[in-house]
Amino acid sequence: MLFDTFIAPFAEFEFMRRALAGTFALAFGAAPIGVFLMLRRMSLIGDAMAHAILPGAAVGFMIAGLSLFAMAAGGLIAGFVVAVGAGLIARSTQIKEDASLAAFFLISLALGVTLVSVKGTNVDLLHFLFGSVLAIDDPTLLLIVGIASLSLIVLALIWRPLVLECVDPGFLRSVSRAGGPAHIVFLALVVMNLVGGFQALGTLLAVGIMMLPAVTARFWARDITGMIGCAIGSAAASGWAGLLVSYHFNLPSGPAIILVAGALYAMSVLCGPVGGLIWLALPQKHLEA
Amino acid sequence: MTEQLRFRNLTLGYDRHPAVHHLDGAVRTGSLTAVIGPNGGGKSTLFKGVVGVIKPLAGRIERNGVRPQDIAYLPQVADIDRSFPISVYDMVAMGLWRGKGLFGGIGASDRDTVEGAIAAVGLTGFEPRPIGTLSGGQMQRMLFARLMLQDARVIVLDEPFNAIDAKTCADLLDLVRCWHTEQRTVLAAIHDLDMVKANFPDTLLLAREPVAWGKTAEVLTADNMLKARRMCEAFDEQAEACVVAA
Repeated sequence: MLFDTFIAPFAEFEFMRRALAGTFALAFGAAPIGVFLMLRRMSLIGDAMAHAILPGAAVGFMIAGLSLFAMAAGGLIAGFVVAVGAGLIARSTQIKEDASLAAFFLISLALGVTLVSVKGTNVDLLHFLFGSVLAIDDPTLLLIVGIASLSLIVLALIWRPLVLECVDPGFLRSVSRAGGPAHIVFLALVVMNLVGGFQALGTLLAVGIMMLPAVTARFWARDITGMIGCAIGSAAASGWAGLLVSYHFNLPSGPAIILVAGALYAMSVLCGPVGGLIWLALPQKHLEA
Repeated sequence: MTEQLRFRNLTLGYDRHPAVHHLDGAVRTGSLTAVIGPNGGGKSTLFKGVVGVIKPLAGRIERNGVRPQDIAYLPQVADIDRSFPISVYDMVAMGLWRGKGLFGGIGASDRDTVEGAIAAVGLTGFEPRPIGTLSGGQMQRMLFARLMLQDARVIVLDEPFNAIDAKTCADLLDLVRCWHTEQRTVLAAIHDLDMVKANFPDTLLLAREPVAWGKTAEVLTADNMLKARRMCEAFDEQAEACVVAA
């Protein structure tokens, strides 16, 4: 019975195994990025960037059809253009970075949907917006795993300046010039992971596997290492449980994964040991010292 | 007697308005100098110039072999995100950056050094605590421990004793005196003139224009203090370009 519910779908169907492997890889790549986005108060930047990659992927689609590498390359280029463009406009005008990013991503989203609709059908559009995690093929899986591996390695390399730029940017500036480059590399990681997630979860939901586990982790761990561990665990669990929910109840799999992540978040807000609402509401005696 | 820092007709400021105006003089190697003066007198601006955060509007700073990033700097208001989940230990260990850089490992002897610095500022037992749980004084102790690890020849402290209780103040002053005996060059912005008299051999009185600079007893005269107080704080938007020869 337990086997039937929790293991059998994966043992039986190859597309379920691929989907599981893909979401696990996404968990390892995207969740740590999400933790840093949250700690840098950039939670919504991920959302904006996810929309920004759409027109690039759409142009790739127009040129080469549903070709993985054309769409991934297009998405990467569009993401970098928007990240750099928004940064440049923020520096050279009085508009702040978040406002210029908002302008860019709205234009990108509209442009992307238009482009996809001109060339493709509504089914294509749905694939772009919500992905198709059950249709992951070998090259896609390799791309997602490659992105996750690369992003873990790069994250390890820029760990110190990244942490220090969050906690004490003035000190980092006084000892090293690594802060600026680390920030740019980090933005590149955000875009890369969104492009990876885009293949599985679509442009609208890719950011879900990045941010929801990250904010969930805040309720379970006090230090950053623990947070990243919790985020990865929660993202992987969401992938696994979401796929099962979608299999057993015949629901769309991408949204199911994100809904499970959302349920974990809601549960953590209530009962997470670090600042969960229930613990705050419980009357607790204060300590001696 | 060698010079660690030499200011040559130095003008520092913002938007062309000077905050430090035509400062000339030298800070001797191993000296302990208090920088005093009214709010808005240019103390913080001078320090930012010394550590290279802002560029001079005119004139220059000679650092005599010390790079700006080799100067340990405690800003007046450190823009530390206190909600960030990092422990006191890790924060102090960041002081090893110069030796370790981006990738250098922290070995057993480094861990002893970090523990030693934490003990020296009286924070033993606080190592695993998140920085957000520290009080203002404990925070300042932690930042002093990090300064110790930076092991810098030149140390710049911008109002390090503001809103700090007497005990913490005395402990941290001991550290400053210790740095002085180690022949490090220390500059500190201080408002408590009794503290300056008791602990700092040299004083620079800055009120945008340098009012006096030398032995503390010779600088802290009623006449000089009156001069400093007359300084006008606000920038004059209609100010003409300065004509003093650069």
